[in-house]
Parts: sequence; structure tokens; C-alpha cells
Amino acid sequence: MKVRLVDIAHARSGDKGDTANVGVIALEPRWYAVLEEFVTRNRVAEHFRGMIEGPVDRYELPNLNALNFLLHGALDGGGTLSLKTDAQGKVYSTALLRMVIDVPDAEARRLELPAAK
Amino acid sequence: MKKVVRVAGGQGFWGDDLDAPRRQVEGGPVDYLMLDYLAEVTMSILQKQKERDPSLGYARDFIGAMESVLPAVVERGVKVIANAGGVNPPACAAAVKAGAEKKGAKGALRIGVVSGDDLLGRIDQLIAAGHPLANMETGEPLSIVRDRVLSANAYIGSEPIVEALGKGANVVITGRSTDTALTMAPLRHEFGWGATSWDQLAAGIVAGHIIECGAQCSGGNCLYDWRSIPDLANVGYPLVDVKPDGTFVVTKHPKTGGRVSVQTVSEQLVYEMGDPHSYITPDVIADFTTIKVAPDGENRVLVSGIKGKPPTDKLKVSVAYRAGFKAVGTLVYAWPDALEKAEAADRILRERLERLGLSFERILSEFVGANATHGHLAGDQHNAPEVQLRFGVRGPDRAAVERFTREIAPLVLNGPPSVTGFAGGRPKVEEIVAYWPALIDKSVVKTKVDLIQ
Repeated sequence: MKVRLVDIAHARSGDKGDTANVGVIALEPRWYAVLEEFVTRNRVAEHFRGMIEGPVDRYELPNLNALNFLLHGALDGGGTLSLKTDAQGKVYSTALLRMVIDVPDAEARRLELPAAK
Repeated sequence: MKKVVRVAGGQGFWGDDLDAPRRQVEGGPVDYLMLDYLAEVTMSILQKQKERDPSLGYARDFIGAMESVLPAVVERGVKVIANAGGVNPPACAAAVKAGAEKKGAKGALRIGVVSGDDLLGRIDQLIAAGHPLANMETGEPLSIVRDRVLSANAYIGSEPIVEALGKGANVVITGRSTDTALTMAPLRHEFGWGATSWDQLAAGIVAGHIIECGAQCSGGNCLYDWRSIPDLANVGYPLVDVKPDGTFVVTKHPKTGGRVSVQTVSEQLVYEMGDPHSYITPDVIADFTTIKVAPDGENRVLVSGIKGKPPTDKLKVSVAYRAGFKAVGTLVYAWPDALEKAEAADRILRERLERLGLSFERILSEFVGANATHGHLAGDQHNAPEVQLRFGVRGPDRAAVERFTREIAPLVLNGPPSVTGFAGGRPKVEEIVAYWPALIDKSVVKTKVDLIQ
């Protein structure tokens, strides 16, 4: 079943130099396992291909039902150097929530995940 | 010893809600008011101001904020801690003192002034002594931009603030303190946490991280169920009620808008996060994977379980240096074919710049309304009702950037059709002051506390 991240998580992003961070938090604690399994480092790197120049790091925070992603080279130099509208990476959060993941039907039903429309 | 100490966050950056500090001290009981004014590049702006006028170089909003909270400080014993000193904490203290005297509160303030973070005058000596101040991101030594450096400040921790409070200060003004130390220091002072009480110190840092961006933890900029967050016009700024063991409750004053929930606090916890296992500060390394957050009644969130470990022997240094010039110009194209027209204008502009022989370190064009923030993820926007072409250049040559700013307006008459939104005139050329993060041995940074009565 196709599931949109925006239907199962919320997020906030910020910057450190030329790196944007995106914290993704499951809307329901039981959905954290879905984030952990399907929103992998590689999947996120692929999602942002062409938008960021460096690698992606992922950290797990099961205590907050959250994942933290570092998107390196995401801000056109960052801070005052950047010519981007989003020079401080404030809305990479919702850009990540555009991701659609493919969850096996049985698991999706068991967790009552909302299907992508 | 107090059973609970309440710290109120009243400012998340220089430019935040001017009235928030007053609302924080008048909305209910508060022990400490914490005001964070400094972002990464703020110090360089302040350094430029100090160059023009040696009595400036601090966050001037703080002077008005102090006047607005003066009755609470004088009559109710609220203490204020702020990194408003910028590159000139003594001048900031003098202005606060003068403001208080003007309001008839002569002698009521005991201002602790923390200095020692400013390394600008010591750079050559430090480099010569074997401290390369290498860029943490690129590894390059500071010497390559030495002649363009505007300011250099070490991020200092809680100790000098604790010292100032210990000497009886009721207002503490620092320069480049870490944002989180401003909250942790009064807790350390009140509860007598030792320099190796790692878990408590880490808890104080996490409390600081939660409130250092003002209302961003109490309903502001909150994506979770954002429509239902009440009365943001009267948003309540955050309070932390901390116990001696380091557990604390995040809340806000009654009869204020916004919301404090597990979700609003969690969003702030992940904001600007790096490796959550190691949130490094001068005092302690906090482990964000140990934080437990739980609902504790309406607009109350209980935070507990935080573990800390010893810090490194380095301090982070923020250096600001001149890094060339930039300008950004915009034009708006309307339906039909809005995006296609904006893309055509972009190609024409690039070709003209090339014909003029202008070269830049960087040219960036974005199509606002189509892909400026979400890139290709936004999908096909060729039927957009309007699209703004946002065209920016950056380079070392001011004249070239200046010449670029003359090339936007002509497109109105000699480029693609259905164009508008150029009323702002020519774009402004801006000098870029860039940020150079570095590390330095803790042992070479000596802080000092002066008490001004």
C-alpha cells in the first residue's frame, strides 16, 4: 500500500552551515517503526537527488518517535552566502514529507496506516 | 534551596517580538527571564556597528526590553540573563544602567558583565601560538581569510554566568555565550549543581534548547495540527519549571495563546539537531536519545530521563569574515505559460550577463510559485497562475554585482510578456559577511565577570 509521509508524520527543519537537518516525527507512536523501516538514508538521498550536493546521514530517536536526517550541501553554501529563498533550510521539512513509501498491505492494515489518495 | 525554579524564555533571536519579555514577567510568577539575541552572523553585524560607533555593538532591543521588565526586576526580584552584550557587553551594561536611572531606579540593578569570549584582538597571536582556527566544515586554516575577518568569538558556557549570579547580580549580560547556557546557568546557581553533575547539567541544556527559540516550542511554527493552535496573536512564550534533580515541565502563562504539547516540544527538540547522541556544549555533552517527554496536563509537558557526559577540551569559535557581494532581483510572470515565460527570461538574462563579460562565483535562479522551495518534488507547475523569477548572483567583484542589478528592469520592456511586480526598483548590492566555525583549546579562553552597581 502506498502511504504518504505527510499523513503519518510531522517534521521541522533547520540549518548548521551548509547542512540542513530534518527531524521527522511519527504522528502515532506505533507508526515510528514504519519510519524506521522505510524512510532509510538511501531513500532520502534518492528523494533529494539533484537538490543537495552532499551525502545524507540518519539518526534514530525512538524516545521521540523521530528520525533526524542531515542533508549535507543542501543550502547553496548556507547562511549569508546562500542565494536560495530557503537559505536556512526551514522548509526541507515539508519537502521530505512529500515522500510516498510502499508498505506491505498486511503491515499497513495492522497499523491502520492511511492510504495515499 | 528552592523546590522549583522557573525560567522564562522571552526572545528567540534579535528581531523577535519586542513585547514578549514584558508579557513573560507580567503573566505570572517567574524567577528568571532568559533572552537570547545572538544568531550565527549577529556578531559580525554588531562588530560593524561598533566600528562606526565604539559605544555600540550590542543588541539594542535589549535596552527597551529591560525598561519594560524593570518593575518586575526591582519590585519582585526577577533576574534577567541575556547574551545581548554582543561584541560590547560593557557598553550594553552602561546603556541598561542609564535606562534604569532614567526610570528612577538608580542603584536597583546589580549588573554582571561577562567578557573574555571576544578573540578578535588575539587572532594573530593565537595563530602564531599554533591555533590554526581551521574551518570545521572545510578544514582550511583561518589564515586564508585572515585579512577579511570582522569578528571572532568563542562560545562560552555557564560558568561565568553562575559566577555573576553568585556575586549577587540581578541582571547578567554576556557576549557570545551559548544560547543554552543562559538557561542552564541559573539552575546551576540555584541548585548548586557541580561541574560534573553531568545528568543535571545536560537537563539544563535541554531545557535551554527547548526555550531558546521563544514561541517555537509553544505553538509557533508548529506543523502538527497547525490549524487548531489557538490565538497565536497572543502566543504564550515558554516557561520551564525545573526541579533540583533536573526534571522539568515546559508550560506557558495562563490566558495566553499557542500550545504546549508533546508535539510542539518534540518539533523544537529536533530543530537544528546534529548527532542526537552528542549535543556538545562547553559544560556537558547531552544525549538527546535519552529525553523522555510526556503529557502532564493542559499546556504542560514533563521532560525527564536526560543523560549527560563530560565535554571536550575545545570551545567552538564563530568567526565572521567579508566574503564578497551578492544581489537578488525578482520579476513576476502571469498566466498563461507563466513558468515558461519566467524560464525564458532566465535564459535571456544569463545570456546578457555573458555578453557583458560579467562573471560570478555563483548564479542561482529560482521560480517562486513553482519550485523554489521543493524543487522537482513540487511536480509540474506549467499551469501556475503566476511565477516569480528570483535571480541571484554572488561574487568577489562589487562592480560586476552592481552592473547585474541594472539588467533586471529592462526585461520588463524587452523580454517575455505578461510581466509585472518590479515596483521595488533595482535590487540592492549586499556585502556578504560569512560564518567560519572553528575550534579552540578551552585553556586559552579566560572569561571575566565584572559587577556594575
